[in-house]
Amino acid sequence: MAPSLSFDVERTFRGGATIRAQAELPLDDGPVTVLFGPSGSGKSTALRALAGLDPDARGTISLAGEPWLDSSRAFSVPPQRRRVGFLFQDYALFPHLTVAGNVGYGLFGLGREARARRVAEVAGRLRIGDLLERRPAELSGGQRQRVALARALAPAPRLLLLDEPLSALDAPTREELRAELRRALEGSGVPAVVVTHDRVEALALGDRIAVMIEGRIRQVGPVREVFAGPSDLAVARVVGTENVLPVRLAGRGDGLVTVRAGEVELVAVDPGGLEAEAFACIRAEEVVLEEAAGAASSARNRLPGTVTARSDEGPLVRVRLDCGVPLVALVTRPSAEAMGLLPGRRVTALVKAPAVRLVAR
Amino acid sequence: MDLEALRLSLGLATLTTAALLLLGLPLAHWIATSRSRLRVLVEAVVALPIVLPPTVLGFYLLLGFGPRAPLGRAWEALAGSRFPFSFGGLLFASVLYSLPFAVQPFAAALAGVDPRLVEASKVLGASGLRTFLRVTLPLAWHGLLAGAVLAFAHTLGEFGVVLMVGGNVAGRTRTLSISLFDQVEGLDYAAAHQTAALLLVLSFAVLTLVYALQRRPFARWPRP
Repeated sequence: MAPSLSFDVERTFRGGATIRAQAELPLDDGPVTVLFGPSGSGKSTALRALAGLDPDARGTISLAGEPWLDSSRAFSVPPQRRRVGFLFQDYALFPHLTVAGNVGYGLFGLGREARARRVAEVAGRLRIGDLLERRPAELSGGQRQRVALARALAPAPRLLLLDEPLSALDAPTREELRAELRRALEGSGVPAVVVTHDRVEALALGDRIAVMIEGRIRQVGPVREVFAGPSDLAVARVVGTENVLPVRLAGRGDGLVTVRAGEVELVAVDPGGLEAEAFACIRAEEVVLEEAAGAASSARNRLPGTVTARSDEGPLVRVRLDCGVPLVALVTRPSAEAMGLLPGRRVTALVKAPAVRLVAR
Repeated sequence: MDLEALRLSLGLATLTTAALLLLGLPLAHWIATSRSRLRVLVEAVVALPIVLPPTVLGFYLLLGFGPRAPLGRAWEALAGSRFPFSFGGLLFASVLYSLPFAVQPFAAALAGVDPRLVEASKVLGASGLRTFLRVTLPLAWHGLLAGAVLAFAHTLGEFGVVLMVGGNVAGRTRTLSISLFDQVEGLDYAAAHQTAALLLVLSFAVLTLVYALQRRPFARWPRP
């Protein structure tokens, strides 16, 4: 049986609000699952239930077939014996212990030497080897995050749970650490579930995404598929960005970069820090459609293509195009009528360079 | 100076403090972490000695542990002596009387430890006891020590309960405060001055220590 994390947990809060998170997440085809949703949707509650930190959670949880919770049989594995690594939102480092003391905290089964070796090994991997004698109060936000991650990884957990791992950082640090965190998670060899409400983080960190809205998990799938094909309107609203294209860097200059998605080239503003691979994100409402042989305009990206499908959403029409890459445009109903936007119609999609948002992988 | 009374007072305060650490810590831990509805009730009972005149406590103890009451007979069977006018009875009464002065600072100190640190410890595999020893205790010890010192000082200064339960038996229940009362009654003002000054200095030293301890060296780290 492929290892998977399956859970169906319910948590009722005083006042009647109920969270019911249910999903089956395969853990072998990509290390990072993002639990994504707006604030208050129940992501952190679900994560705490997975760690065994919420005694009021009801339902079932099992990892690779091993039961962790089955409240119908009053069975619950305590957090001590689930062997998960948990990264708290503000890291919850022990303020009275040094970095070495924090990282080695979960290693009390080992002898002194073995513990020191393991601490040095994990600290080296996360580049905190020179901070071992410091106290948490003497660390920067980014260093704290790495120490917390090292502490969680040191006892070789079977599953990592990260609660908004970047939200305690200021914006520039967050930008900087996103890709680094992704590499650390990839390199750890431990499957991870990351809670976030930030689209960019979801894209940059996740292989798979589970979208949670109002206490329910609404859609699970590869990140790009879910962003490109939300299962319903609520998910579409939450994920927001309809067009997510995997791209490769093709060139840069004058503060702009050219990226290639298959045969199609796109120009975007250079966000910096971009290496080879990235996602280009374009909101559907930023895609302008014009007649196939349109006049020149200021938009840098002109993609000729064909309408493949359309769906009406009140005053707006969602138009799916094939421009060599799939693209979704959101236009008003009058313009859709005036242009006769029906499947088969040839049009040109215009996207201004600043509307192409690049997220590094 | 009544040295016997001083020795007795210090002994009583030490034993009372030890008993309060033993009994008060688990009780304070329960108060700080429990989500039970009974908590309010327990907190109120613990705080009662603050507002009750000591004579009320002493009166009920004398009634409850009287030679003919079931509790009194049980006490006699266990302790080998009658409850009133014995050191054991005095110790028991002192523990009850100083309970809030230990348990309230204990509970405040334990509640001041970030619950996420406790959770972090548990997720990392540490048992409840290990978590208490490695995380809670090191982070709360100032408050715990302050509570212990306060209980010690409060026991040193108690009067009403001692008089009601212990009476005034030299070497057994005559504490410093009772001795002072005797000295004043007997118009021996020179001895009374000494006793009173000693109690004043001791209490002042203890309170200074308590406030010094409450300046925690582990400031909460600033949010990034």
